[in-house]
Amino acid sequence: MSIVTVQLGQCGNQIGFEVFDTLFSDSHSSQGLCSKKENEAYQASCKERFFREEENGVPIARAVLVDMEPKVINQTLSKAARSGQWKYGEHACFCQKQGSGNNWAYGYSVHGPRNEESIMNLIQKEVEKCDSLSGFFIIMSIAGGTGSGLGAFITQNLQDQYSNSLRMNQIIWPYGTGEVIVQNYNSILTLSHLYRSSDALLVHENDAVHKICAKLMNIKQISFSDINQVLAHQLGSVFQPTYSEEGSFHYRRNPLGDLMENLVPHPEFKMLGIRNIPQMSENSLAYSTFTWAGLLKHLRQMLISNAKMEEGIDWQVRPPISGLPALGKMSLKKELRFNTSIANLVILRGKEVQSADLEGFKDPALYTSWLEPDTAFNVWKTQRAFNRYEKSAALVSNSQFLIRPLDMIVGKAWNMFASKAYIHQYTKFGIEEEDFLDSFTLLEQVVSSYSNI
Amino acid sequence: MTQSVVIQVGQCGNQIGCCFWDLVLREHAAVNQKGIYDEAISSFFRNVDTRVIGDGGSISKGKIRSLKARAVLIDMEEGVVNEILQGPLRDVFDSKQLITDISGSGNNWAVGHKVFGSLYQEKILEKLRKSAEHCDCLQCFFIIHSMGGGTGSGLGTFLLKVLEDEFPEVYRFVTSVYPSGEDDVITSPYNSILAMKELNEHADCVLPIDNQSLFDIISKIDLMVNSGKLGKTVKPKSLITSNAGAFKKQQRRPFDAMNNIVANLLLNLTSSARFEGSLNMDINEISMNLVPFPQLHYLVSSLTPLYTLADINVPPRRLDQMFSDAFSKDHQLIQADPKHSLYLACALMVRGNVQVSDLRRNIERLKPSLQFVSWNQEGWKTSLCSVPPVGHSHSLLALANNTCVKPTFVELRERFMRLYKKKAHLHHYLQVEGMEESCFTEAVSSLSALIQEYSQLDATKSMPVEDIPRLSVAV
Repeated sequence: MSIVTVQLGQCGNQIGFEVFDTLFSDSHSSQGLCSKKENEAYQASCKERFFREEENGVPIARAVLVDMEPKVINQTLSKAARSGQWKYGEHACFCQKQGSGNNWAYGYSVHGPRNEESIMNLIQKEVEKCDSLSGFFIIMSIAGGTGSGLGAFITQNLQDQYSNSLRMNQIIWPYGTGEVIVQNYNSILTLSHLYRSSDALLVHENDAVHKICAKLMNIKQISFSDINQVLAHQLGSVFQPTYSEEGSFHYRRNPLGDLMENLVPHPEFKMLGIRNIPQMSENSLAYSTFTWAGLLKHLRQMLISNAKMEEGIDWQVRPPISGLPALGKMSLKKELRFNTSIANLVILRGKEVQSADLEGFKDPALYTSWLEPDTAFNVWKTQRAFNRYEKSAALVSNSQFLIRPLDMIVGKAWNMFASKAYIHQYTKFGIEEEDFLDSFTLLEQVVSSYSNI
Repeated sequence: MTQSVVIQVGQCGNQIGCCFWDLVLREHAAVNQKGIYDEAISSFFRNVDTRVIGDGGSISKGKIRSLKARAVLIDMEEGVVNEILQGPLRDVFDSKQLITDISGSGNNWAVGHKVFGSLYQEKILEKLRKSAEHCDCLQCFFIIHSMGGGTGSGLGTFLLKVLEDEFPEVYRFVTSVYPSGEDDVITSPYNSILAMKELNEHADCVLPIDNQSLFDIISKIDLMVNSGKLGKTVKPKSLITSNAGAFKKQQRRPFDAMNNIVANLLLNLTSSARFEGSLNMDINEISMNLVPFPQLHYLVSSLTPLYTLADINVPPRRLDQMFSDAFSKDHQLIQADPKHSLYLACALMVRGNVQVSDLRRNIERLKPSLQFVSWNQEGWKTSLCSVPPVGHSHSLLALANNTCVKPTFVELRERFMRLYKKKAHLHHYLQVEGMEESCFTEAVSSLSALIQEYSQLDATKSMPVEDIPRLSVAV
């Protein structure tokens, strides 16, 4: 089954390029550390999901590129074409002349309706080229105007028009210290709308990825390109093929569906995050060896202590001893020590993957009481190594770790809203104070729900 | 990609405008090696086949034939515009895009605004409509003028109302040169205050500039260059005051150096809209992020570095120095000290070989020494444009919506009141049809209201940031 990706705005398009590039180069890598037959099965599966082929041509990404001004799309198209390995479809992009000005209202209320037909037609064309559609990736930032506002609009449209297909939004959480001044407004408007129309929000935090680049990858002058590559690696580690029940050579056909089933048991809880391990520069990689035991021990602790990467993990945090009464409402003011999960999915790739011991993740103390660990925890595996790491593990988690960032954004947006600053820029295009209040209410509810699991 | 139209009004406006067109051509020539008319160039220029008579000559793609500036030149005297039309830039301007008169406005806002306004309204509209027609997607009008005179001040602000009515969806960015303390035009306070009211009501964004600050910057550069400390190691093209390598090779006139600084301001302001980068910032994002309340749209700007040394390797320390300098009062283009006042919002527009980590590192570093308003503690808007300015490897334009503009306005009001109390020169204004004393009192009220807003914000400066109670939801 195939996934159609919609890349929105500057962020979405820049990241989308890196994602397809990583997926492609990994699937054609010679360092899969497995048999030829295995490799071919892997490649075929990756292709079915993310690429299509035209005669005599290089593979074409199953993607639609949307931006309200042309510069980024032009760059993205030419970068892909230059690689010579894969490209975007010739008519797969939609562009306008003037951007959204970082204005969610403009993206949602002006660009959305104005360009609805054209964009949905483009998506339709791409969908028609799939034998069987699993669902959509929508890659967007929440801080700007196009990705956030137009992204929310399009996701809603996808819900209406393709109600049987899944929608997973890859959302980029902005730097806490500000990249766009109205980012908090744009974020809360986006999140509240997506909460109603998306099936799952896979959150990527700029701050976290930036730290990974600085501390783990040892990059001195970090560019957005570096950040996007780490992000693409994380996504690839989840969505590249993994075995279905039948095991070797047989790859699971509907990763999106399986993921939703495993991780989103209740529509009130749809915020997901990725952690992966190991993550290091290519130079260090050459000198490192890993054991599954070591990797999984770190990954588990990253989960329960809410660490975003493998450095600086707080080993003091322990799950509550089972049998004792569950902790009451988590106070947000205190450091949230233990991270309770609703559901977790661990993905293992590489040598000796069958020998990995995952018992640590099945501890009921890690989870809420309303799901059995058997249901709450799932594993996907493949022997085929990913992106030059001989062993790598990824964790997709539906847990409390996004409470803090979400609470912060809501708090800052609320503070700004109380002063009415910038509101005139939104009301100009039909987003009223009521709409803001609705968003605040919904998100406070989400924070509260997650705090009380 | 969008287009912008520059409207240069009056002597000051046209002189700055002329420097701007000179430098923008230089910039595009440096970037556009193959001479193909691309979207970046089209933001400020049309491509015209001059052999075609009439309007049919526009070419949208392919090789550059003849570039015509998207500009309207307005002056009520002929001297400056004529000089431009006889100079090396004459081919850049479309002779149909000029509006001139002979007699001048006599440093009288009322003459510029009321007399010439009504006289030339139709013609102005016609030229503006023409220039808009030539644009695929017009995003912004850049108006350049001075506040202290008659034409730039009076007719320049008359234009704003016309633009607002005729093109309500197009942004109006105004670069205004405010009179310095020792201005030689006695009535400049009257002209400025009358103009301020129009700026308050009809401009989207105002970038105030004053001559004293520009002059100080030039003195600073001269001191560094001539002191022998740097000597020959400064790259000539990199001087923010120079037009080395540009078209105007004639002898430098006294204001050229200062005008080049303002021209560079406009270039850097629009660079991220014209050229590619990893984090673009279009012109509509400037007003979206930097104007929290419609009346508070005055942005203090600073440009760094002022020059580049010839070293090829720029260690991070020098890069960081660029960020520090942007906040120093010596680099601001008006007499203002943003570090000791309150920030409502701040934009950092970086060009060249600078990455997001450099940006973040410097924001973290400088934040503690800056005061931001309570509801916008992380009020930063950032952009990264890959193309550096000519002669530099990187540069920074900082735009601040900061209460440090207040002293400029307060001083202006004081100078005004000194004249107005004695009714000095008032008759020159009142004898113009349509002018009454109420025009003056309304204008002062408008300015006072604005000053009051800034004062109220300043009062919140030392107050502790209180968290507003959040919505509580049922569990």
